[in-house]
Amino acid sequence: MNDVKCECGHVNPHGTVLCEACGKELIIQTNTDQLIDMRYEGSARRSQTYNKTIIDKIWNFFSSVKVGVWLIIITLIASSLGTILPQEMYIDLPADVYYEQEYGWFGKLYYQLGFNNLYGSWWYLVLIAMIGISLVICSLDRVVPLYKALKAQRVTRHEGFLKRQRVFGVNEAASESDFSTVKKRLQERRYHIREENGDILAEKGRFSRWGPYVNHVGLIIFLFGGMLRFIPGMYVNEDLWVREGETAVVPETDGQFYLQNNKFILEHYDKNKDKTFEKAIDKAGEVVKNYQSNVVLYKRVGQNLPGEKPTLKKVKDYKVRVNLPLTYEGYSVFQASFRNELNKMAFGLTNKQTNKSMGELTIDLRDPKMKYDLGNGYSVEILNYFPDFEFAENGEPATKSRVPNNPAFVFRMVTPDKPKGETSFVAIKQTIEPFGDNQYKMAFKGIETTNVSGFIVRKDATLWVIIIGGIIFMIGVIQGAYWNHRRIWLQNKNGEVWIAAHTNKNWYGIKREIESVLADTNLNMPIDQAQIEETDKGGV
Amino acid sequence: MKKRRLVMRSVILLLLGAAVVYTLYANFTKDTKQKVAVGAQAPDFALVDMQGKKHKLSDYRGQGVFLNFWGTWCPPCKKEMPYINNQYHQYKDKGVQVLTVDIQESELAVNQFAERLKLDFPIMIDTDKEVMSTYGIDPLPATFLINKNGEVVDYYTGELTEEKVREFMEKIKP
Repeated sequence: MNDVKCECGHVNPHGTVLCEACGKELIIQTNTDQLIDMRYEGSARRSQTYNKTIIDKIWNFFSSVKVGVWLIIITLIASSLGTILPQEMYIDLPADVYYEQEYGWFGKLYYQLGFNNLYGSWWYLVLIAMIGISLVICSLDRVVPLYKALKAQRVTRHEGFLKRQRVFGVNEAASESDFSTVKKRLQERRYHIREENGDILAEKGRFSRWGPYVNHVGLIIFLFGGMLRFIPGMYVNEDLWVREGETAVVPETDGQFYLQNNKFILEHYDKNKDKTFEKAIDKAGEVVKNYQSNVVLYKRVGQNLPGEKPTLKKVKDYKVRVNLPLTYEGYSVFQASFRNELNKMAFGLTNKQTNKSMGELTIDLRDPKMKYDLGNGYSVEILNYFPDFEFAENGEPATKSRVPNNPAFVFRMVTPDKPKGETSFVAIKQTIEPFGDNQYKMAFKGIETTNVSGFIVRKDATLWVIIIGGIIFMIGVIQGAYWNHRRIWLQNKNGEVWIAAHTNKNWYGIKREIESVLADTNLNMPIDQAQIEETDKGGV
Repeated sequence: MKKRRLVMRSVILLLLGAAVVYTLYANFTKDTKQKVAVGAQAPDFALVDMQGKKHKLSDYRGQGVFLNFWGTWCPPCKKEMPYINNQYHQYKDKGVQVLTVDIQESELAVNQFAERLKLDFPIMIDTDKEVMSTYGIDPLPATFLINKNGEVVDYYTGELTEEKVREFMEKIKP
C-alpha cells in the first residue's frame, strides 16, 4: 500500500491511475488506445483501492452510485404506496376499524402491513437514513481525491495524457505571434493562463466541479433538519378547540399558556358592498370573506396543580385570522377551523288540551340543572340527559359522546293536577311517552347555538435549518449546472505543437470556443476523437 | 496511513450510525411512549369531588391509590363501575383509596350516573381537561395503579373484570 512516485517527480497516493501532476498513466489500463476516463482526473477513489476490513466493506457499499440510485428508486416506490389509501392522520375513526370498514380485505391488509402510518414507519426512516449515509460517503469518497488532483496538476503534461484526450490535435511548429495571439484571446475569454517552459494551460470554471458536492451538503443539512424534529420541543403541531366564552389550556406548552376565545366571527362577501365581485358571488352563492377569532392569551403565574384553577396573567389580545396567527415565544396559533354547536334549548311545559304553556325553561346543554321550578306548583325535573343520543344495542337510550350534537331528555313534569309527575322522553323531533298518554308535554320553544373555534398550535424550530439546506442545495445545482470546467493545453512536444482540451460538460461549447481562439492563426483545430471512434464503430 | 484511514472511516460511520439510531429510537418512543409511564412518579393534581371535598393525590401518600378515568358515554366504563364499587368497600380499610375522574361532563350527567349505579367512591370532574392532558389519557377507561410512594406500578386500559380490580387493589395495598 505504498505511494507511487511518477517519473516526473510527483508522489501519488496508492491506486492513482493518472499521475496527479503530469497525467502519465501509472496503472496500465487494458487498451492503451482508448480515451482516458477523466471523470475523477484519474485519481485514486479510495473505495476502489482498499477493501480489507468490515469498515471498508461498509464504506464501499455506500460509496457506490449504483447503490445510491437503487435506494432512491426503492424509496420512490415505497413513498407512492402511502398514497393509495388515506394515511392515519387524515381519518377520524380509529385505524383498526377504519381500513377494514372502508376498503375491505385490501384495507385490512394495508393496515396489517403498517402502511396506515407509512411515512413514520421504521423501515421508511431506515431507507431515508440510508440515502443520507450514501450521500455523505459518496461525496467524501470522490471530492477529496478530486480536489487534490486538480490542485496538484502541472502545466506540462505527459505525452500519453494529451494524446488520449478527447479533443486532440498536432501541429507543425507555430510562431511566437500565433502563440501570443491565442494566449491573448484566451485571456479575453477569462481563462486563467499558467505558463511553464513555453507550455500553456488555460483553465476556467474549476469551481463548478464542486457544485454537486455543495448540493449534497445542502441535502444533508435538509435531512438533518428533518431529524431535529424528533427532539422534544423542537416541533409542535396540535389542534385546539375553544368554545366562545371559554378558556382552554394550550397543548404542549407544559400548562404555561391559556387561550380565551371571546368571539368567533364569520364574514361573507356582500354583493352590495363588494361590487367588484358581484358577478362571481351570483355564480358561487355565499363566499366567505373572513374567519376570525378574537382571543386573549394568558400566561400561568405561580405554581398550581393540574385541576386547580390557575392564576392567570394576561399577555395580549389578538384577532386571529386565517394566515395571520397569534405569535408568542416561538409558538403560533392559527385560525384553522370552526364548528357550530348547540348551546341552549328552550322548552315550554304545555297542557296538551289547552295548548297553553305553564312556564318556560332554558336548558344549558353543557350544564343542565336537575330541576327547574316554574312557579305555582309547576316544575320540571331532568331524570336523564343524553347529550349525543342514540339507541344502544340493547335498545336502551344512551349517549355517544359528551358533545351536545343530538340532545335528548327524560323529563318528569310536576304539575298541581299531576303532583306525582308525568314522564316524557324528548329528543329532536321525537317525543315518546313511555307510561301512556300524558296530560302535559314539553313543547320545543327554541334553540341557541354557539361557535367553537378550531386552532392549530404550532412551533417549528427546525424550519430555518431546512430552509438553509434547501438554499445551499439550489446554489450547488446552479454552481454545477450553469458553468463548465474547461481546460485547454498548448504544449511543445518534439518540436511540434500539441493542442488538447477537456471539459466536464458541453463539448460543443468548448470546441466552438477553441475554433474562435485559433481563427486566423496557423494552428489547426484539434479533432474530436470520440466522434471518430463512433464513426469507426459504424464502419463508415 | 492505513490506520488513519480506518480511524477516519470508523468515526464517520459511527457518527452516521448514531444519528440513524437516535432517529429510529425517537420515532419509536414518541408513538408508543406513555406520558406517565409505569415506574414514573404519578403527577400530583387537585380536584373537587361531587360532595365538595377537595382531593389532592399527594394527600394519599402512604396509601395505595386506584385512579380511574371514565365517561358516561363509554360502555366498558359503565360495566366496570359496580366492580370497582364492590372492591372499594373491601379495600377501604386496608389502605387503598379509589379516586375517579370524569372527563368534562355535566354535573347532572355524572350525578345521575353515580346515583343509578349507587357508587360510593369519590368522583371528580376534570372540567378543564388539565388532569387528562397531564396523564396523557387517550382511550377510555384508563386506570392507573399508584403505590404508597406515589409511583405508578401499573396501567390498564380496557374493561376491568371484578377479578382484575381485586388483583390491582391487592397489588397497591401498602
